[in-house]
Amino acid sequence: MTNAHARNTKVMNRFDLTQRLVAGLKDEAVIGGIGNTNFDLWAAGHRPENFYMLGSMGLAFPIALGVALAQPKRRVFALEGDGSLLMQLGCLSTIATLAPKNLTMVVMDNGIYQITGSQPTPAAGHTDIVAVALASGIASSSWAADEDDFERLIEQSKSAPGPTLIGVRIDDKPGTGTTRRDPVQIRERFMHGMGVRQLL
Amino acid sequence: MAAAEQASSKDKAKDKSQDAATTWHGIVLQTLKRNEIKLVPYVPDRVLTTLIKDLHADPYFTTFPTAREEEAVGIVSGAWMAGTRGAVLMQTSGFATLANVLASLAVPYQIPLIMFVSERGTLGEFNYGQALVCRTMRPMLDSLAMEHHTITRLDELEFIADRSIKQAVTTQAPVALILSPLLTGGKTFDK
Repeated sequence: MTNAHARNTKVMNRFDLTQRLVAGLKDEAVIGGIGNTNFDLWAAGHRPENFYMLGSMGLAFPIALGVALAQPKRRVFALEGDGSLLMQLGCLSTIATLAPKNLTMVVMDNGIYQITGSQPTPAAGHTDIVAVALASGIASSSWAADEDDFERLIEQSKSAPGPTLIGVRIDDKPGTGTTRRDPVQIRERFMHGMGVRQLL
Repeated sequence: MAAAEQASSKDKAKDKSQDAATTWHGIVLQTLKRNEIKLVPYVPDRVLTTLIKDLHADPYFTTFPTAREEEAVGIVSGAWMAGTRGAVLMQTSGFATLANVLASLAVPYQIPLIMFVSERGTLGEFNYGQALVCRTMRPMLDSLAMEHHTITRLDELEFIADRSIKQAVTTQAPVALILSPLLTGGKTFDK
């Protein structure tokens, strides 16, 4: 897996891919990372099984790992930006070690901090995030070549023997909607979606 | 041979039960268990060595190291929202890395994050950097109006830890339990 390989993948769109993922969901949990990643998750249609981060940059995968460990029978998806993941690369090693079968991670890679003014990340053009995931021990890590391949990899991850990481190259478009910034309501609804508590 | 093994395993069991009642790490482990805290990610500290070893040895617990303290906070936050209680173990310098995640995840989302912090930087510290970073800990907790207790005495440990865990869960608010060198012996300059 080299950088050249990543460059052969199609540049897709975050909102389009998020819609494709959400369209096929039933009771799966989805953790949306900070910024555009969770804005597009919100815009794809709110569901109680979604958790939206309003800070704590880099923690989408760790939060998803916690959900996956707590509910091993439920599939957990985590959507994270490349800049966010760079803040917490060590979590890939933790996830490789614990190896939850029910965790599918998607890295939305546009090489920029889109939301702060599209500045390039330190990894842009030099670091292959899927290669980092492979080297961290997540054997089932690959770039999605195009939208069909993305949908195929999502489906394949559901029966994988360990955690899956899917890298997608995306364009520089901002998020489509804006998540309602009410952390307690987000958390309460998510816990309801996880079957942990009833809404008041 | 068999008898000897039996006797030795009895001794071990006795040691364990003595540990549970008379050592700080034994009391912490039993208090976690009594409060159904199963998930214990950590970034290690010398003082926490025995506690970490005993957590690994007890099949009740899922315990593992993380690369950073905030990663562990994310993991127990996700687990709690999905129905499993957790606690994070760390050292003072690790706590100092948590301001952003406390202010943007644990506090505003009202997550009962339970933290055990082994206190370095005071009462015989030999590393100036540790002494300085220690001074940031309580101001940071106070600035977020977070519940925290410094545990100095073995006879108060169970009461403080047990009540604080229950309060964190029922009020959905984070808590930091600071394990003082007065309780643990701390880490001393030995060469």
